[in-house]
Amino acid sequence: MRLGTATRIALGTVTAVILAIVYIPLLVVLANSFSTSTSLSWPPPGFTLEWWARAFQSEGALDAISTSVVVAIVSTAVALVLGTLISLALQRFSFFGRDAVSLLVILPIALPGIITGIALNNFFRTILGVPLSIWTVVIAHATFCIVTVFNNVIARLRRMGINLEEASADLGAGVWTTFRLVTFPQLRSALLAGGLLAFALSFDEIIVTTFTAGSGVTTLPIFILNNMFRPNQAPIVAVIAVVLVVVSIVPIYLAQRLSGSEQTRR
Amino acid sequence: MTTADPVRAERTPPPRRGGFARRGSVFLTTHPRARLALLLSAPLLWLVVVYIVALLLLLVTAFWTVDSFTGEIRIDWTFDNIVTVVTGALYQTVTLRTVGVAAAVTVIDVALALPIAFYMAKVAGPRAQRALVIAVLMPLWASYLVKAYAWRSVLSQDGILEWLLSPIGLHTPGYGLTATIITLSYLWLPYVILPIYAGLERVPDSLIEASADLGGGTWRTMRSVVLPLAFPAIVAGTIFSFSLSLGDYITVNIVGGTSQMLGNLVYTNVGAANNLPLAAAIALIPIAIIFGYLALVRRTGALDNL
Repeated sequence: MRLGTATRIALGTVTAVILAIVYIPLLVVLANSFSTSTSLSWPPPGFTLEWWARAFQSEGALDAISTSVVVAIVSTAVALVLGTLISLALQRFSFFGRDAVSLLVILPIALPGIITGIALNNFFRTILGVPLSIWTVVIAHATFCIVTVFNNVIARLRRMGINLEEASADLGAGVWTTFRLVTFPQLRSALLAGGLLAFALSFDEIIVTTFTAGSGVTTLPIFILNNMFRPNQAPIVAVIAVVLVVVSIVPIYLAQRLSGSEQTRR
Repeated sequence: MTTADPVRAERTPPPRRGGFARRGSVFLTTHPRARLALLLSAPLLWLVVVYIVALLLLLVTAFWTVDSFTGEIRIDWTFDNIVTVVTGALYQTVTLRTVGVAAAVTVIDVALALPIAFYMAKVAGPRAQRALVIAVLMPLWASYLVKAYAWRSVLSQDGILEWLLSPIGLHTPGYGLTATIITLSYLWLPYVILPIYAGLERVPDSLIEASADLGGGTWRTMRSVVLPLAFPAIVAGTIFSFSLSLGDYITVNIVGGTSQMLGNLVYTNVGAANNLPLAAAIALIPIAIIFGYLALVRRTGALDNL
């Protein structure tokens, strides 16, 4: 787009300033993870590695991370299957009630988390009489993760068109063979991107989780919530946060690489 | 004729496998409705059973009562909870405050997201674009709670903001509604940037160039070409920030001082007060507001941009 140099510079500056504001609190967290102050006062009074050492020995934190990983993997798997099925149905067919179904998919993310949380809490406990456990968390998470997979897959299906699938069917391939050899390979990177987002969404969710987790189930956000107001635990929470952000660079970079290489191929 | 046509004969697949899978596949190929039913049944069953039924039962629960002796929920049909919520001064004040906070957060986020999304989509080169997407996505992986807590320490009386502002005679706003609005805007900003960025990326460069060729200046092109095309995506972004703010109660607890939002009232009634029917009645307020908002924006096509 033809823009004046002044406009370009102004836009670039605004972008840089906003990104700086986005990263300052994260840098404060990084600084706090090395600070000798347990009440997170600024500027940090001194430097210590104590919290980093304690964080990697904290059994509570490690257990919480593994619980969160299990919840996120299972919910993502469920969301991948259900999200793909429903995108295929909505993109490849037109039928009565199609708009209602697509509203139904986005509803769990469009309604505030507290609504999903209290509705499921009420459903499990009061109505079904099922005790809350890790599986009630998985059911809740999978429900709102479907939409991220759905968004990515349906966008890809729209771009793909149906020519290749029809060609495959004309050449005698059955429904399943066509999906396996023609549709799925084209969907793969969309599934990866949607799956990553679903994983991230589940891994970080706190509101629905507090309403659906059984008493013994401590996901990482629950662990953080329970510990961040304790003076000796707050810096450990800061360490965990720093580690998570650094680790997250890998999947985001991969997802970007994948979608980038696909764009150039097209 | 067909038997004499060697090409056709060659193309017809030999019936190698007459098994169950093959017959099923043939059936599905010739019966699109069966294919549709097969695709839809599992996800629809999940969403209806887990979600819609749960939501409807929440609505029903709002008409039940809690036994004041045992604390158990009794199925005594009553409008008491609804009346309490609709007429209670507390609920009216908190609803107005919550909607005000959600609206302020949404306005701030759109104002911040538009320039950054536009720069990402239309100004930055491919490498810078990729780096910016990563820069915007990465804070999403830092825990929501840690970010809220980071703002608690940024905004505190001996925090970095006071340290930066006091030399120029300004002060941190401290904990309260302003802090809540700042923190929520911060938390939901990436959720608003991403759909707007995707929407702006779909605006064809050719249209922007055509507008410039026809003599449209930067602002005219922006107003008459780019913004109308990106409008559904912008509305999609507002659904996130509005809805996420409307139901939040944790950020308010962390940086809001003594302020309460609707989420706090729901949470207290589920937990400490153990009055699920009243909590359900309060929860109907944000449900009604969001449905109203979704109905309002449906025509813009925003729901396809989420």
